Amino acid sequence: MRDRFFKVIEDLAIERDDIYILTADLGFGLFDNFRNKYPERFYDIGVAEANMIGIASGLALSAKNVYCYSIIPFLIMRAYEQIRIDIAYQNLNVKLIGAGGGFTYGLEGFTHFALEDLALMRALPNMTVIVPCDPSEAQEFARLSYDYNSPIYIRLGRNNKPNIHQQKPNIEIGKGLILTRGNDVAIFSVGSMISVALDVHDILAKHGMGVSVVNIHTLKPLDEVLIKRYSDEYNAIFTIEEHYISGGLGSAVAEVLVENSYSGIFKRFGIPLNLKKTIGNAEFRRNCYGLNAKNISEDILKVLENKNTK
Amino acid sequence: MLTDDERDFYDSLSRKIRKKTLQLIYRTKSPHIGSSFSIVELLIALYFKVLNIDPINPFYPNRDRFILSKGHGCPALYSILEERGFLSPEYLLRFAVNDGVLEQHPNIDIKRGIEVTTGSLGHGLSIGVGIALAAMKDCKGYKVYVLLSDGELNEGSVWEAAMFAAKHKLDNLVAIIDYNKIQALGYTKDIVQLEPLTQKWTSFGWSAMEIDGHNFGQIFKTFGNVPFESHKPNVIIAHTIKGKGVSFMEDKLIWHYRCPDDNEYKKAIEELS
Repeated sequence: MRDRFFKVIEDLAIERDDIYILTADLGFGLFDNFRNKYPERFYDIGVAEANMIGIASGLALSAKNVYCYSIIPFLIMRAYEQIRIDIAYQNLNVKLIGAGGGFTYGLEGFTHFALEDLALMRALPNMTVIVPCDPSEAQEFARLSYDYNSPIYIRLGRNNKPNIHQQKPNIEIGKGLILTRGNDVAIFSVGSMISVALDVHDILAKHGMGVSVVNIHTLKPLDEVLIKRYSDEYNAIFTIEEHYISGGLGSAVAEVLVENSYSGIFKRFGIPLNLKKTIGNAEFRRNCYGLNAKNISEDILKVLENKNTK
Repeated sequence: MLTDDERDFYDSLSRKIRKKTLQLIYRTKSPHIGSSFSIVELLIALYFKVLNIDPINPFYPNRDRFILSKGHGCPALYSILEERGFLSPEYLLRFAVNDGVLEQHPNIDIKRGIEVTTGSLGHGLSIGVGIALAAMKDCKGYKVYVLLSDGELNEGSVWEAAMFAAKHKLDNLVAIIDYNKIQALGYTKDIVQLEPLTQKWTSFGWSAMEIDGHNFGQIFKTFGNVPFESHKPNVIIAHTIKGKGVSFMEDKLIWHYRCPDDNEYKKAIEELS
C-alpha cells in the first residue's frame, strides 16, 4: 500500500516541482526512486518528528506541497502539538502519511501500534482523515491528495487480502463507498476491517440476512448524509474498525445516529481499552479481541436474537 | 558606529515602543511585560533597519521573514508593527478584548506582518528552518530571523532544528536568543543550566555571536555581519534584562505575570518619558 501510494507521488513529482517528501528516518527502501530522481526535494529529517512537522510547516508556508512520513505513533503522537498548531490551526498544505494502522506492526509491540490515531486526528480542525483499504484505494487517495489544498492524515495499514477493489475504485473524499447492498443489516467499516465486514456479509447471508457494507474511507469529513439515510432505512447498524472502541469510526457514526434520533440496534466492534498483555502478530492480536468475521457474525446474530425475543 | 542623531532616534523610539507596550498591557491587564521589554531594541533593529519588508506589499515573496518564537512577547511586537505601519492604531485597540483581533500570543496574519502562529515554545526554529530551506531551494535571497527565549531552549525540538540547520548549511537563518536569564518559575541557571550556551551552539555547527541586546551599536553591527560564516546558520545570543527600561521591573520574575497597578503605571510612564 505504501509503495503504491508513494509511486503515485513520485510520478506526480515529474511535472509538479512543489512536491517535497520528508521522513523522520523511516521507510527503508520506500523512497529510493524518489530520492534518486529528486534528491533536492527529499529530506530525511532524522529521528526528530517534532522538527519534521515544523520544517514541513515552513515549507508549506513557502508554497511547497509537503508529504511527511513515519510510523503512526511517532508521526502524529510524538508531534501532535506541532500538528495541532502549525498544521491544523494554520491550515497548511501538509499531508501526513502514517504507516502501521491498528496492529499492523504486531510483533514489534505496543510502541508501534496505532489504536488512538483516528480519535486524535478527528479532533483537529481543518484536518481530513482518510483510511484506504487496499493498494488501489491508496493510489487514488495519493492522486487526490495533491490538489487538496489543506492538511490530510492518511492512515496506511495492512492490505486486505485479497484486494477489495478489482478495478480502479470510484473514490471521492468524504463520500462513503457502498460495497454490498442488503435490507437487514448495515455495517460501516474502514481500512483493514473491510474484508472482515465483507466476510460477515457472507456469513450472515447463509442465515438469510441481507447486509449492506459501507467503506467509510473518510472519517473526517464524515459522510453524514449517507449515515443519516441508513439510520432511517435500517434497524440494525454496526461498525467495525481496528482502533480503540473510543473516538474512532464507531464514535463518529454514533454521533450522527444519536443526533438523527436513531432508535434501532447499534454496536461498535473495535479494540477495548483494557488491552491484554499478549504477544503476537496482527492477526493473532485481532483474534484476541474477537476482531474476526466469525466472532463478529456470532455477536451480531446474538444481538439481533436478543432484540427479537424482547 | 551610530551617529549621535541616530542614537537619539533609536533611544527615543525604544522609549516610545516601551510606552506603547506598557499602555497595551496596562489597559488590558495582560501579562508578559518583562518578556516584552527585554526584546524592544532587538525588534526595533529588525523592523526599522534589518528586515527587508514593506507594509504596503506584505506578501512580497522575497521579503525577509521574522518569527517571534517566544510568542508571549507579542505586546512589544504589536507596538512595533503599528509604528511600522503594518497595524492601524484602531487595530491595536482590539488587543486582548472580547471580539478583538490580537491575542496575547500571535496568530498568523501575513497581511499585518505576522508570519507564523506562535505561543507554544519550541516551534519557531523548525518552521524557520523550513522557510530557510525553501529560500535556498528556490534560490531566493531572503533571510529568516527567529527570536527565541532562553527558557525556550529547554525544549528538545529547538536542538532538533539546530542540528538539521547546520547539516543543511542554512546560512540564511538567524536565531536570536533573548537571554534575559529568567524563565517562568525562576532564574534559568536554577532551573536548567544553559551554560556554556555559546559553546552549545557552536558545537552544534552554528556560528555564534554574543552581544548586549540593548545596545543598538552592537545589535546593528552584528546583524550587518550575517552570515557570520558562509554555510553556517547564525545565532545571536543577546544578553538582555527582563523588564528593561523601567527600574522596578528590571530582572524581576514577577513581571512575567504582573500587570502594573495605577501607581506603578504612572511611575513607569514617568521613567519612559
